[in-house]
Amino acid sequence: MRQFITAYTLIDGFKCMVNGRLLFYQENILTFADFIKALYKQEQVNYPKFYKMDALGKLGFIASELLLRNKDIKSYPPELTGVVLSNSSSSLDTDIAHNETIRNREHYFPSPSVFVYTLPNIVIGEICIRNGIKGENAFLVSESFNSELIAGYVTDLFSRELVKGCLCGWIEVLGNRCEAFLAWVENQADVAETKPGPFNPVPFDAEHLKLLKNQNDR
Amino acid sequence: MGYRTQITMKQTYIYEDNIISSLGFTTLENIESIRANAIGIRITDDPLLYPRPVPLSKVDPAALETRFNAICEQHKRSVAPDSFTRLEKLLITSIREVIHRDDLNPYHPKTLLILSTTKGNIDLLEERYKAKFNHKRLYLWELARIVQTFFGFVNTPVIISNACISGVLALITASRYIQSGTYDDVVVAGGDIVSEFVIAGFQSFQALSPDPCKPFDQNRSGLSLGEAAGAIHLSSRKPVGNSRMVTLAGGATTNDANHISGPSRTGQELSLAMDRALQQAGIDASALNYIAAHGTATAYNDEMEAKAIALSKAEQVPVSSQKGYWGHTLGAAGIIESAVAVASMRNNQLYRSAGFETPGVTIPLNILTEHRDAEVDQVLKSASGFGGCNAAVVFKKI
Repeated sequence: MRQFITAYTLIDGFKCMVNGRLLFYQENILTFADFIKALYKQEQVNYPKFYKMDALGKLGFIASELLLRNKDIKSYPPELTGVVLSNSSSSLDTDIAHNETIRNREHYFPSPSVFVYTLPNIVIGEICIRNGIKGENAFLVSESFNSELIAGYVTDLFSRELVKGCLCGWIEVLGNRCEAFLAWVENQADVAETKPGPFNPVPFDAEHLKLLKNQNDR
Repeated sequence: MGYRTQITMKQTYIYEDNIISSLGFTTLENIESIRANAIGIRITDDPLLYPRPVPLSKVDPAALETRFNAICEQHKRSVAPDSFTRLEKLLITSIREVIHRDDLNPYHPKTLLILSTTKGNIDLLEERYKAKFNHKRLYLWELARIVQTFFGFVNTPVIISNACISGVLALITASRYIQSGTYDDVVVAGGDIVSEFVIAGFQSFQALSPDPCKPFDQNRSGLSLGEAAGAIHLSSRKPVGNSRMVTLAGGATTNDANHISGPSRTGQELSLAMDRALQQAGIDASALNYIAAHGTATAYNDEMEAKAIALSKAEQVPVSSQKGYWGHTLGAAGIIESAVAVASMRNNQLYRSAGFETPGVTIPLNILTEHRDAEVDQVLKSASGFGGCNAAVVFKKI
């Protein structure tokens, strides 16, 4: 059975696209904090835990929310859905924040609410909690988005029947630079059952992942 | 759930492995220390690490320097030993032993290095290292590139950073690559150092025990941190000789989808990972001879793990946590604890769960209170971590 990308989110340069359509762009936004707050407000996402998350958590949460809110992922058993994400800087953005709290012994205030986010896979945990995803999960680090690595890893999960639906992609934040590319992947048979939407599913492979992620660069 | 592709897939044989910890620089040295009931966790008074004395398991710095300098001297290209960070030295020393013993060819296009680490060169955030090492070394791919270049691996290393399941997940990933024929030989290496960054963080969680940790014990009061590196060589090639070989026969990950820093209340999700790993290996839980538990010695982890073991109907199986010997070694944990499990299989010996005296979880487990000889043919290793992640892997003699 072949797998298809049936929805995707692309966030780059404070611009957000879902399934190839522009969803959010404001020229006057200069910081990641302003961007993510404005996007959260515009899309009327109501999830109080959002405010506790670090930047990587917020970006991953919103990117997944925009993509999954129109998907009936609950139709899959939770243990047959998975998340496989990757990025370049791991949790360095929050590592620097935690390090600031311990640099000065006279002003020493490490906090569990910051420290817990000094792992890149916490964003996977946030997405799993929100969507009840209980199957395979992995966080991989690569210098730049490696479509072959992600396609290979996720295709293998499908071929072992460990997942029937899988969220995968790239989620990167460092300071005010942010980039997200998340794709929802499912089997062909399941795609046929979904209602016709604005986005025509594309085959899930390294080539299509790369094309979708880099469409803004052309 | 079906596992229809299993029949056509290749076996994953376990070749050489290495452990570098407070208890020694080879797997053999570590096993001998464990047999002698040595505990590597010591109260450490180092103001550069923490303002107060804290129990830590540390690799002997002078011994590491000696070994690493010798490796650099033998290296074909000239390299300056002090141009490497502490973690790079640990990883290279560990991988070097495995490659050397197995005469493995890193240049082969079907050979891969998988790196498991939670924090990489995180100590480079400290002021004292800023002038010495490029900021770029904080990126895990740069750490991996340095290790890759040292040995000349042709393939870009795969890097797994998935909290405390990183090591087990790296082993599972390696076996999947081998089974599918993507690679024939994979070296899985993992490591993390003990750093001010991590100590302060766990201390803020009030998760650190004031004494060496006591997994599964009634009087446990949190975890101890340890630094370590480990490496395991996995291969699709059937080894020569007639003796039975250890294989990696199954593995899976799951997520609690419950809380980012607290484990599942039921243990159902870890149990699911265990069940899947057993199913792939084609064995029942009752056929297990040993469970190498995660056993961090925090109240919640050990309780959740006991529930998961019971849900998977494995509560009669001898179980231990190795963290009583060397603490929680983060990105190395899944690798070095698997290496001990493999040693148990090769030696047909089970080792006691250090720090355990009185049962401290609500489900009675068969916790190992002494070293003993036993037929050890099938073993399960489990792990759980922040972000709600769980992993289990099954090793089987064939």
